[in-house]
Amino acid sequence: MSDMDEMEDGSGIVKKFMFLNRKAPHGTVYALEGLEVVLITAAFDQDVSMVFTDDGVYQLMKGIDSKGIEVKDFSKTYRALDGYDIEKLYVDQASMDARGLTEDDLIVDVTVLAVDEMANLMAEQDVVISF
Amino acid sequence: MQFGILVNEGPYSHQASDSAYLFARTALEKGYKVPRVFFYHDGVYNASRLATPPQDDRNVGARWSKLAADHGVDLVVCVAAAQRRGITDGVLGDNFRISGLGQLVEMGIQYDRLVTFGD
Amino acid sequence: MLHIVNKSATDRGSLESCLRMATKGSAVLLIEDAVYAATTGNTAAAKIQAAAADLKIYALGPDLAARGMAGRVLDGVNVVDYGGFVDLVAEHSNCQSWL
Repeated sequence: MSDMDEMEDGSGIVKKFMFLNRKAPHGTVYALEGLEVVLITAAFDQDVSMVFTDDGVYQLMKGIDSKGIEVKDFSKTYRALDGYDIEKLYVDQASMDARGLTEDDLIVDVTVLAVDEMANLMAEQDVVISF
Repeated sequence: MQFGILVNEGPYSHQASDSAYLFARTALEKGYKVPRVFFYHDGVYNASRLATPPQDDRNVGARWSKLAADHGVDLVVCVAAAQRRGITDGVLGDNFRISGLGQLVEMGIQYDRLVTFGD
Repeated sequence: MLHIVNKSATDRGSLESCLRMATKGSAVLLIEDAVYAATTGNTAAAKIQAAAADLKIYALGPDLAARGMAGRVLDGVNVVDYGGFVDLVAEHSNCQSWL
């Protein structure tokens, strides 16, 4: 990433950041540019959770092939999140159910949460950024 | 108390930048601090000084510039999003600057609240 | 927690998504096109009124007025100005915009 050299916040503060992904990939840019923020935040050694709800769960589909629409395929990046110490990936059970998806359809290992668990997780964050 | 503001859409097509501006101005009037506004996604278009809206309409970009001049607000445009969209130093309005996404993350770390305006 | 919704409930699902995740006692502020949900006769009105039992529901007055809706606000919805919007953000420990 181009901004990697300015990661020095220096305050030593660690906050809970939740990135809430609610949009499908490709139709709009939010999934891609949202991912860029997540990677930078992890580089600041913050406590990062990535959450996928509503159409955001479609970002994690296996078998994405964007060659035909001539748009960058960023879905492999989700597999690299581990390398940035981003290990808290959560998906919303109801959003999966409403789209006929199961964990086997997803490109990475996730924790599936019921709505009340997800709601409590969100409520305890310091910063919630939604894309 | 310090507020950080994130603007994710450009001017005119969406109300986001108007809402963000009114929020920021009101917060400052009430005595809160708004040290920085970060422009991301199409929000980077707010920074263009080339916009010339009709006389009887608001000038969204110029309004941000004035708020920054009056209150010392740091108007930061995301470099990656700006480069994708042709927003360069040469077209920046007064008091806007281009920098990295780290500036957004810092708002989350250092300020008390982060409020997002978008589509 | 403060939840901010800006989309019309008769156009998009963000209000529904928000109400599903908002825990008891949290606040929901409707701004921009979301204010239509807080007006009488809208199909979302029943959802708003049901939600008002557990949540505090607010709507931004200038956005209601700009849409000709200032006189049609549902009972139980608190109308605030931008100063009230700022106060809501200050009063709650975090906020989420359901874009």
